[in-house]
Amino acid sequence: MSEILVDVKNLSKEYKRGGETLVVLDDLNLEIPKEDYLALMGPSGSGKSTLLNLIGGLDTPSSGSVSINGERIDQMNSKQLSNWRASNVGFIFQFYNLLPVLTAQKNIELPLLLTNLSGAQRKKHVETALNIVGLADRSGHKPSELSGGQQQRVAIARALVSDPDILVCDEPTGDLDRDTATDILNLLKSLNEDHGKTILMVTHDPAAAESAKRSLHLDKGKLII
Amino acid sequence: MKYWIIILAALKRKKWRTGLTISSLVIAFLLFGLLRSVAVIFTEDVDLSGDDRLIVSSKYSIIDSMPIAYLQRIRGIDGVEIVAHQDWFGGTYIDRANFFPKWPVPPKEFLDIYQEFKISDQHKEAFISTRTGMIAGQKIIDRFNWKIGDRIPIIGDIYFLDDGTNLWEFDLVGTFTDIENPGNEDQVFLNYQYFDEAREEEWRGVVGNFIVKLTDKNDGPRVAKEIDAMFANSMDETKTSTEKAYQQMFASQIGDIGFIMNAILAAVFFTILLVTGNTMSQSIRERTSELAVFKTIGFSDMTVMTLVLIESLVLCIIGALLGLGITAIMMPALSEMVSVSLGEISLEISVILSGLGIAIITAFVSGFPPALGAMRLKVVDALKKD
Ligand SMILES: Nc1ncnc2c1ncn2[C@@H]1O[C@H](COP(=O)(O)OP(=O)(O)OP(=O)(O)O)[C@@H](O)[C@H]1O
Ligand SMILES: [Mg+2]
Repeated sequence: MSEILVDVKNLSKEYKRGGETLVVLDDLNLEIPKEDYLALMGPSGSGKSTLLNLIGGLDTPSSGSVSINGERIDQMNSKQLSNWRASNVGFIFQFYNLLPVLTAQKNIELPLLLTNLSGAQRKKHVETALNIVGLADRSGHKPSELSGGQQQRVAIARALVSDPDILVCDEPTGDLDRDTATDILNLLKSLNEDHGKTILMVTHDPAAAESAKRSLHLDKGKLII
Repeated sequence: MKYWIIILAALKRKKWRTGLTISSLVIAFLLFGLLRSVAVIFTEDVDLSGDDRLIVSSKYSIIDSMPIAYLQRIRGIDGVEIVAHQDWFGGTYIDRANFFPKWPVPPKEFLDIYQEFKISDQHKEAFISTRTGMIAGQKIIDRFNWKIGDRIPIIGDIYFLDDGTNLWEFDLVGTFTDIENPGNEDQVFLNYQYFDEAREEEWRGVVGNFIVKLTDKNDGPRVAKEIDAMFANSMDETKTSTEKAYQQMFASQIGDIGFIMNAILAAVFFTILLVTGNTMSQSIRERTSELAVFKTIGFSDMTVMTLVLIESLVLCIIGALLGLGITAIMMPALSEMVSVSLGEISLEISVILSGLGIAIITAFVSGFPPALGAMRLKVVDALKKD
């Protein structure tokens, strides 16, 4: 396979509560090559979201390392992580978490406010993202005027707009009906195949896992093929 | 600033709540503007020079009186041009609600000093020559529909007639206006000579205050000193001050107004702090997942905290500007209302600046706890709550 994008080594995450230690991820190793599309499955509480958040730079490990594109993100402080997330990773969650008073276009523009792009440049990037997710004609709509599937497309466009290499998705179709879920999965697939995005997706849905290039199972903090 | 859209979005999220919070801020700052503007009168530095009128009052209390005989002696002091005097008549015209000040004065000297009261020569003459004469400001005339020649009944409460009754009657012989200070048109002047002769015998021969017009306004401090020295060891010692200082003293007899005002303001702002603080915390609590999204897409903890503080600041500054703006609009009317008893007031820059200062402090104090919470918010925890 091609170049490694995500390199996770001896990763552990534990929580101490009272005198007890809860081991969520246990000495875990994982390599994700560029342009991979990996589905992560497993029972509830097995640590899927925890792993995803560690790879996305939202959380820091108890021990072990996480390298993305050769950068040790586990050694970054909170401010460095924020900066890193802004340009390297796009997040898609089960709940879209759009700002209700802003239009689709303004919601998508938010990550670009952190860049040095001019207003006109930001607008152009937003248009591109809207076209990719197929919502060019809805740019002026507020979230309440969009269906669940459309809102998720806006959230995907927001994740895409800063052109990150990797997309991390935590149950992106968890709140959608079957047909809409299929549309979203097709969109993710095309982002992977046509736009070269590396995707890591947590899902409970076997059909969703099916649409990925490969899938892994997590159980009690360990990966099983 | 490109983050503006985020602040606006936060404020627009619950328009009603934002509106109500701003409204209470507006009311608080309106109160602040009005009360502080009035309070300025009590705290102004007294400048004895630059005022060409002095008021001589009894040293120990403004309700004590002095012998009318002092007039001749004051007139003899170098630098004194005219001396008049005035008394507080009190009294009621038909109904207590009709209250307006009534002052017995020596007509000629008084009008010579108060050149700003515009009165026709004919009316002035009539006032001087009519024993029972009264002149009234244009406002009073309009208010009660009086006409020259009317006989105006006043029920005395401080002063009774010599026969023990208290129905005084005065003849309206003239009107005056004061364009600069229309509040002054809300009073009437009576002929002192008649007032003094008609009142009960044991009260006669005294006046409440003397008004001294100086030849040169820079002589104020010296003349004031000489007057007070002249009566220093008499039965009725005097205290001489500029007209402005006297008004200040007169008003502060009502109680320590400055203190009361500040106490009211402190209570108002304490409440405002709670209101704004509550709004901010509630608003931040509702937006936990939104804030988590900001952090997810790369906003740093400090940036998120700053955004919350700016949100609070915008809320408070809008409230302050609107409140002080309305104060500015109301000020001319208010000034007119209080000008008789307190003198002119205006919204001073210092009041505006301290209002804005309070707005900023309010914003930080009420915005800081939620801002800190927003800064400390961990994305992984926040998103788990869904
Ligand atoms: N802040 C925390 N403190 C203590 N325990 C935690 C904390 N966060 C997560 N856990 C625990 O870590 C384990 C893994 O959580 P995680 O959210 O990764 O599971 P998951 O596989 O995503 O489950 P689901 O499919 O239900 O989303 C759970 O047992 C959870 O209780
Ligand atoms: Mg999960």
